[in-house]
Amino acid sequence: MNKLRVIARIDVKNEFAIKGIHLEGLRKVGDPNSLAKKYYEEGVDEIIFMDAVAAYYDRNSLSEVILDASQNVFIPITVGGGIRTIEDIQAALENGADKVAINSKAINSPKFIEESVKIYGSQCIVSSIDAKQLNDTEWYAYTDNGREKTSKEVIEWAKEVEQLGAGEILLTSIDYDGTKKGFDYELCSKISDEVSIPVISSGGMGKSEDAVKLFKSSSIDGIAVASIIHYELESVTEIKQNLLKNSINVRS
Amino acid sequence: MKIAILDYQLGNVRSLINACESLGAEVILTGDHNEILDSNGLILPGVGSFPQGIKNLEKFDLIKTVKCFAASKKPFLGICLGMQMLFDSSEEFGTHKGMSIIKGDVKKFPIQKLDYKKLPHVGWNEIVQNKQQNSLFLRNLADKSDMYFVHSYYASPADSSNILTTTNYAGFDFCSSVIMDNIIGCQFHPEKSGKNGLIFMKNFIEMCNE
Repeated sequence: MNKLRVIARIDVKNEFAIKGIHLEGLRKVGDPNSLAKKYYEEGVDEIIFMDAVAAYYDRNSLSEVILDASQNVFIPITVGGGIRTIEDIQAALENGADKVAINSKAINSPKFIEESVKIYGSQCIVSSIDAKQLNDTEWYAYTDNGREKTSKEVIEWAKEVEQLGAGEILLTSIDYDGTKKGFDYELCSKISDEVSIPVISSGGMGKSEDAVKLFKSSSIDGIAVASIIHYELESVTEIKQNLLKNSINVRS
Repeated sequence: MKIAILDYQLGNVRSLINACESLGAEVILTGDHNEILDSNGLILPGVGSFPQGIKNLEKFDLIKTVKCFAASKKPFLGICLGMQMLFDSSEEFGTHKGMSIIKGDVKKFPIQKLDYKKLPHVGWNEIVQNKQQNSLFLRNLADKSDMYFVHSYYASPADSSNILTTTNYAGFDFCSSVIMDNIIGCQFHPEKSGKNGLIFMKNFIEMCNE
């Protein structure tokens, strides 16, 4: 059995690591590379760097961050935000990223996933889905940090990106992001039941018990955490110890 | 001491170079026959599909070079696709011939036999050491060390004595690293496997030093 993953998610604006609530109201939380190094030392399984403002400028400005991280952090690195062309993917990989997370571009042009998978393989292409609940049964995918609603119903969209060849899904709940009140368990279990590619849940974790509940109630493959570690509510090491205590199979 | 990383224009090798350099090794990324054969060790990296990998090796006329190096008795490490291409064939996108340096084939995970039906196999998993081997390549690594994997195909050596470690994915045991004299191959990515991966890389670098 594969180990469930604890991933550090570092949203970056200009040269700062930032964190918001519902993907908005961004506050500085530190230097992205110092944080990445710290989480690496604490035993985190992967790092995701997300350019929080790329969507507005149509570009990803994380090259320096990635270059630096790949010299100090020997675990998988994912880059997201503003990935719109094959050249963007190539540049991210050349700077030391292992995977890219794609949201807006995939929604506007689903073929882009297919095209990039053909060149780089599905293991390299993460479909980033920002989901917001509209009513009791429906969630929709959003772009531009949760500002723009799209026509994609999330469960259908998740199945579609799997068909297109995406290697995994980074599922962010806009409703729960930054709230520290726990994950959107219902959404996570629905999506992870519907697709056979790994699903990483992002948004809402405030304490280890939230992750225990998530892993016990769904077939989610990993969690991407931010506030809890940025604000030092719990360290990566503590989260993992608590998961192990609850018989959740993570890397120690 | 100099270690060559084979440049055949496939995938990203920056992390690999960074990992080697962080351990104090001098590495060169090269596709030059003489430069490769003059090196103390060779790493064949690989991220991409099997047919594309072989095609690129052929395009740059590197198969002969790789085989020469493999026969030189100097340490030779194949990583992921770089390991798979050492075998006779792969069933990725049809049947394709490999370099036949180690006997055996590369197969797709039999998804119907997995009790967890997700591919690719992505993430951290344990490498269980073959007790018959007491390889220096595994020096200072605890049994069942966690390593990072990303793949849908696995190598199946014809001779089980070539198995260095096995790993269990979803109830299915597969060969996660192979050894044949000076040649070692790993399905996991040591350059992405945190501290354990660096120990594995350090062992390889030290073997190149000897």
